[in-house]
Amino acid sequence: MSKQYSYRRFHPGTQPAYDFPPYASTAKRHPKQPLVIAPQTLSEITGPVFGYGDLKPTDHDLTRQHKGEPIGERIICSGRVLDENGKSVPHTLIEVWQANAAGRYPHKSDRHDAPVDPNFSGAGRTLTDAEGRYRFITIRPGEYPWRNHYNAWRPAHIHFSLFGRAFLTRLVTQMYFPGDPLLPYDPMYMSIPDEKARLRLVSQLDWENTVPEHALAYRFDIVLRGSAATPMDDSPGE
Amino acid sequence: MSLYASGSQTVGPYLHIGLTWLNTDRIAGPGVKGERVTIHGRLLDGDGVGVGDGLVEIWQASATGKYAHPEDRQKKPLEKGFRGFGRIPTDAKGVFRFSTIKPGRVPGSGGKLQAPHLSVTVFMRGLLKQLSTRIYFPGDPANVQDPILKRVPAARRATLVARPKGRGVLQWNIVLQGKVETAFFDF
Ligand SMILES: [Fe+2]
Repeated sequence: MSKQYSYRRFHPGTQPAYDFPPYASTAKRHPKQPLVIAPQTLSEITGPVFGYGDLKPTDHDLTRQHKGEPIGERIICSGRVLDENGKSVPHTLIEVWQANAAGRYPHKSDRHDAPVDPNFSGAGRTLTDAEGRYRFITIRPGEYPWRNHYNAWRPAHIHFSLFGRAFLTRLVTQMYFPGDPLLPYDPMYMSIPDEKARLRLVSQLDWENTVPEHALAYRFDIVLRGSAATPMDDSPGE
Repeated sequence: MSLYASGSQTVGPYLHIGLTWLNTDRIAGPGVKGERVTIHGRLLDGDGVGVGDGLVEIWQASATGKYAHPEDRQKKPLEKGFRGFGRIPTDAKGVFRFSTIKPGRVPGSGGKLQAPHLSVTVFMRGLLKQLSTRIYFPGDPANVQDPILKRVPAARRATLVARPKGRGVLQWNIVLQGKVETAFFDF
């Protein structure tokens, strides 16, 4: 058998606890027993592979999925997907979803009294390129209230779902916006213990990718689990 | 260069907006070889109430024990048209259901074969980070020697083995808390 790849365990403080009382819904939805620590096998270090055949050409542009343009501030959201060794993660699927400019989702469970935008579905997907880069065009999502505690408001955010190279590199996270005053009051954001780790979920204004007279841009890099030790005889070209 | 992995966040209540397009409850199409099986169950919270906004993802090998992934270097042919991925949202009562084929045995650590199993990832509102678990097949003689199942305290192993419910039908629940809390892994 060839040498097996294995992935690092998470660095302390970078991941939320399952039981996090400030986010009330975790109370009945977290395991009470400790997780069973287990070695990684072929089942964990492999995972589904997606390709361009799974996507439509406009899937990455959330402003062009309907007849008209959505209301709101047009933005370009781009970045790189890397692993913990700084290696790019090419050709991996990214899925995003978000509220419209008024902070409303087109979802039957969303009862927030804010208008639905008939020109905005709020979902997109793309594959990273050979260097791990991705790019979405969308509108800046609005903040919205939720019932976690009295007068609770979510900071503006975009939900991100990534696969990476393996089933164990699967990641669902959220991208936030720089300078959002709601961040310190948000239990989801605050569920990540380490401040530096939290800040990595906040995008940066990205002058380089702005389009003059058209759209501001935000940069959001995402890091997935990487190999525990960079193998010396790693296959060339990867 | 050394970086830290990005922090996980919940899928929240509106997960369907972004994830439904890839829903797959028939993991193996009609041409795929293998023993057909339908698996159904419920995702249950700490009060035993069904989780209506959950999502289950499945990853599995083909009937010959081959993953459709470049890291699987076994000299076995790929099953054409078989990706091995499933994505199933729970319904309002927390029920999920999918059909597939029973996977073959795949190598574990040290090259020893594992018992046939499906890898499972669970997402839901109220869960800040995904949970990983496995489904094993009832009555499979390989279960007793499975190196991953052996890691689970003996009293909890049964939570990972599906129950037969008639020909080609299995039942398997995901229980978040309580006496029969499902064993979840940290890989
Ligand atoms: Fe949201």
